[in-house]
Amino acid sequence: MLHLVNKSPHDGCNLDTATSIMKDGDSLLLIEDGVYGAIKAGKAASLLEGRSVSVLGPDLAARGISEDKLVDGITIVDYAGFVDMVAASDNVQSWL
Amino acid sequence: MKFTIQVNEGPYQHEAADTAYHFTKAALDKGHEIFRIFFYHDGVNNGTRLTTPPQDDRNIVDRWSKLGQEHDIDMVLCVAAAQRRGIVDDGEAERNGKDATNIAPGFRISGLGQLIEGGIESDRVIVFGD
Repeated sequence: MLHLVNKSPHDGCNLDTATSIMKDGDSLLLIEDGVYGAIKAGKAASLLEGRSVSVLGPDLAARGISEDKLVDGITIVDYAGFVDMVAASDNVQSWL
Repeated sequence: MKFTIQVNEGPYQHEAADTAYHFTKAALDKGHEIFRIFFYHDGVNNGTRLTTPPQDDRNIVDRWSKLGQEHDIDMVLCVAAAQRRGIVDDGEAERNGKDATNIAPGFRISGLGQLIEGGIESDRVIVFGD
């Protein structure tokens, strides 16, 4: 399953919920304000440990977050990569 | 692969309307089929042709109309959400006694069954919202 999180970890508990429900083999894609969750020095960084996490590059750029600020091991994807992730998962859950 | 896209937020209010557009465009560019785009809740505001954003801003409504018509995408506004928010086509104007219409080219107004059908007929449903 692909989990989509579009909220900042400072704005609700969507990332906590998504990561607590994720199973082995699931992927997480952070989009919109969800990209704040990928910041290494951020409060949510520990939630991402050991998980398959990607972040939408255009949304990072829109918020002025550079790649070196991200949790190690995160993959940056563009919209084409977003589409590939959706196609690769049987289900997509938007944590709205 | 067939995708149905659900958009729950209006233009200029939430990034969902932009993300959904860019995702749809990327999916088409990769050769996927968009079975339907279903605009729900405030998402129906993506389908009024009366918006006039500043010239140096993106025109979200025109952008949908153009994409929908270029790729022959079925773009559906939820009827109950549209009635509440004053999005009107010819049929709704006649049925509800309104003196004008404002639906944008490429959109149509229909019911929630269209979303369910999208879920049945598509390989994936992707929801964009708040």
